[in-house]
Amino acid sequence: MTATAALLLLADSRLPAGGHAHSGGVEQAVSAGRVGDIVTLERFLRGRLATAGAQAATVAAFACLEVTDRGASGPAGGLWSDLDTEVSARMPSPAQRAVSRAQGRALLRVVAAAWPSPVVHRVGARPHHAVALGVAVALAGGTARDAALVAATGAVGGPASAALRLLGTDPVELTALLARLAPELDRCAARSGADAVAAAGDPARLPAPNGPLLDVLAERHASAEGKLFAS
Amino acid sequence: MTSPQAGGGDASTRRRTSLRLGVGGPVGTGKTALVAALCRVLGPEMSLAVVTNDIYTTEDADFLRAAGVLDPDRIEAVQTGCCPHTAVRDDIAANLDAVEQLEARHEPALVLVESGGDNLTMTFSKGLIDLQLFVIDVAGGDKVPRKGGPGVTASDLLVVNKTDLAPLVGADLDVMARDAARVREGRPVVFTDLRNEPGAAPVVAWLRGRLRGQDAAPSP
Repeated sequence: MTATAALLLLADSRLPAGGHAHSGGVEQAVSAGRVGDIVTLERFLRGRLATAGAQAATVAAFACLEVTDRGASGPAGGLWSDLDTEVSARMPSPAQRAVSRAQGRALLRVVAAAWPSPVVHRVGARPHHAVALGVAVALAGGTARDAALVAATGAVGGPASAALRLLGTDPVELTALLARLAPELDRCAARSGADAVAAAGDPARLPAPNGPLLDVLAERHASAEGKLFAS
Repeated sequence: MTSPQAGGGDASTRRRTSLRLGVGGPVGTGKTALVAALCRVLGPEMSLAVVTNDIYTTEDADFLRAAGVLDPDRIEAVQTGCCPHTAVRDDIAANLDAVEQLEARHEPALVLVESGGDNLTMTFSKGLIDLQLFVIDVAGGDKVPRKGGPGVTASDLLVVNKTDLAPLVGADLDVMARDAARVREGRPVVFTDLRNEPGAAPVVAWLRGRLRGQDAAPSP
């Protein structure tokens, strides 16, 4: 059994870790005319889940597994550094990496207060968000699969809220869309959890499902004028 | 309640010496003009830094940079994802990050955090700032103080700007002063006309008093 209530906190959009200001590429997708209604939004979110979502889920599961497998102080510093390199290598957009680190730092601040542990101080001051999330889930009492599920949920939930604010989407229709995606989120979490187990101890063996479109959107966003979201 | 260690995270282990002042209030009331005034008057005598939160673009940060009132390296702009009040109240992560970066670079005595301009329900988190002032204007009508809201009632200083417009919009400053005093239960209120008196003297006087008392207690 896992610490379900603590996990719900980590998956809550009200978690004060800076997520509300990020659209995950939705703002640029809307500007470019790729997303404009519930149908195109669903297509975008399914694509995001299969790429950036799956990647975040796998990295979070891996980080979680490392902490839960190695006790209170977590893995040695070298492992965190190797994982950081591997995650960066899977994120070609410099803007995307900067956003990932800003969110990782913000999340660590919450984790340090909510689930204090020496691990928080060993993971680096600006870890990638998915790494921080994996650590958070482990310290909150969750499993690798839980970490993958929280990461996958965030990968579509945050951008869905951004779309609601940008397009004035019907919130009930949007929730129905997220409910349609739920089984796919569960499958993604199971797959990512298994991938993390298979790679255990060696982050170079993690899969690299990230797609190029989100990197292009992130770079475009970084130089865009008049934007509402930080990414 | 707020200690100099407020905010959590890495910086919580270091004692900070800055006073963090939130500047909030509805759109167009003169927040950025007030921030520029404070930079002009206090900048020559103390180390300052500014964080801006715009609803849209980085207009306020750009304005401050163009006005030349502060070294651009001392100004950080935060994007608020359509929700300026969320970024200073519910989820202050990006603002804390910006404030801490400025504090690490410049060790300012005073950090001004300007909100994006939202509405009367806006208020700053005590995890982000030590003191907050709320700016309303006369052009919004003399009923605004009576309507209350956390910014009007609970801010450390209420600034009523654009007093020069009172005769033009039929606003009674005495009514505003009386209503403000009533809803604020004695907390201070000042009236300004930043267009004709760009030094913001009443605000500066209040702020100097708070800065002097900072060593003893940074918050009320």
